[in-house]
Amino acid sequence: MALADLALNQPLPMQVTPADWPGGYWWHWLFFTVVIIAFVLIMVMGAIYLERRAMGRMQSRLGPNRTGPFGLLQPVADAVKVLLKENIVPATADKVVHWLAPVVSFAPVLMIFAVVPFQNGALLADLNIGILYVVAISSIATVGVFMAGWGSGNKYSLLGAMRNVAAVVSYEIPLVLAIVGVVIVSGSLSMNQIVAEQDIPYILVQPLGFLIFFIAACAEINRSPFDLMEADSELTAGFHTEYSGMKFAMFYLVEYAEAIAMSAIITTLFLSGWRGPWLPPWLWFIIKTFVVFFVMVWTRTTLPRVRIDQLMGLAWKFLFPLALINLFVTAIQVVVWPDISQWIFVIVNFAIAAVLILLWSKFFKLGQGRIEV
Amino acid sequence: MKFERYGIGIIKGMVVTIKHLLRHPTVTQFPEQRLNISRRSRGNELIWSREKCTGCATCAKTCPQGAIEIVTSTNMAENKYDVETYRVDTGYCIQCGLCVEACPYDAIFMGYSYERAKYRRAELVQTNDDLLESPERPASGYFHPEIAEKLPRQTLLVEKIVEKRKKK
Repeated sequence: MALADLALNQPLPMQVTPADWPGGYWWHWLFFTVVIIAFVLIMVMGAIYLERRAMGRMQSRLGPNRTGPFGLLQPVADAVKVLLKENIVPATADKVVHWLAPVVSFAPVLMIFAVVPFQNGALLADLNIGILYVVAISSIATVGVFMAGWGSGNKYSLLGAMRNVAAVVSYEIPLVLAIVGVVIVSGSLSMNQIVAEQDIPYILVQPLGFLIFFIAACAEINRSPFDLMEADSELTAGFHTEYSGMKFAMFYLVEYAEAIAMSAIITTLFLSGWRGPWLPPWLWFIIKTFVVFFVMVWTRTTLPRVRIDQLMGLAWKFLFPLALINLFVTAIQVVVWPDISQWIFVIVNFAIAAVLILLWSKFFKLGQGRIEV
Repeated sequence: MKFERYGIGIIKGMVVTIKHLLRHPTVTQFPEQRLNISRRSRGNELIWSREKCTGCATCAKTCPQGAIEIVTSTNMAENKYDVETYRVDTGYCIQCGLCVEACPYDAIFMGYSYERAKYRRAELVQTNDDLLESPERPASGYFHPEIAEKLPRQTLLVEKIVEKRKKK
């Protein structure tokens, strides 16, 4: 009960309307637009640093440690380098599409942060369908990736982009079903409301949902072990093979901004967002986001890349049925026992998750009856 | 019931990576940290002693690369050869140490130094006084037990790591 007590003893009042800002709506809009852009850029730099250092240490290396104290300025140096590089557009490229692709994939990632609450009510737009908006917007980035693949006029780019589209279409379903579980428990689609409802972090109430969401999110933003679209051993660099200079930097930025966005959404949905004792809420939010991102780095370092049939098999044969069952179980719990303490469901759901994963691993088969994941 | 196929393998792998995150990385930061090189090794240079050398040119004959060139003149007064030129093209040298083993008068030694790369090919050719032993060009204990005895006992690890282990 300790965790629930801490959450209840919040000094903040649990109000879910956006804070009133002097000067009305436009100041609010301007302020949060600037905050979101700055936040995303700085978080991306932090993420790149964290990824390279943590991955280096996990591989028994040191990672970048020459530029600035502890190599902290390495992302800056990389940015400067990439800005000064030549911008090459291949002769066979579809020039307009090739040019537009990085922008099309970058804009939606920024737009995701419009509904992510940094602390209570501190968000650009407290949409009452916030999480639906996130699902809708985050898929648009795929259009940018496909534009890049098509516009480059290169077979590797096109193959990478096609793989990305296939992965996103498949993994969108378990992703959304996992979100629906959270939405049922919290009773709201608004991100801020979901956080306000989380007296127990939903990672405990929805352990299976969290696992499914995490795996699907990793696949959706194409992080290793699901980074088939830029598998360098097969497709040189996938969809951004033909990109250089600033346009490549945009894609690099998108990759990390998407990872940060997904970490922020996981934080909001499953780790009780900005809520936490002692520290200010926005700091809690950033810390939790980085913890989730660290787990992503961790899995990336550990797990080898899956094959394309394994990717599809995992989505359709493993995650999809489990997500459906999870949704069903959650719905029954919410409808039949609405008044029982959620801590009982924590134990029950962990047991159900363990049994389901064991059972499904036993039945999970790919190809000619080979059991491989 | 074996759990190998139920996601345990993934968790095991994750434990391995997190252990590596927490342990000391194995890399050496080269220009600042250097691994100790053995002082008994065949290093990247040849040391020649003018006093001991008789100009017999055994070393030149043994050298598989033909890297040693020796020019002598007859010294009738003292009834011996004078070495006029002793020239080694270290660019050809493969650090096999055969010349050191062949020398009947113990006049040449390997050095244990490294980082002896040059900017010009001509600088690789070393003549007479360039080859003498000096504090910058210490002789290795290779094939010379009397030198090896005097060299301190050493570890091949970075000093920092040695200090760390001593504390424990």
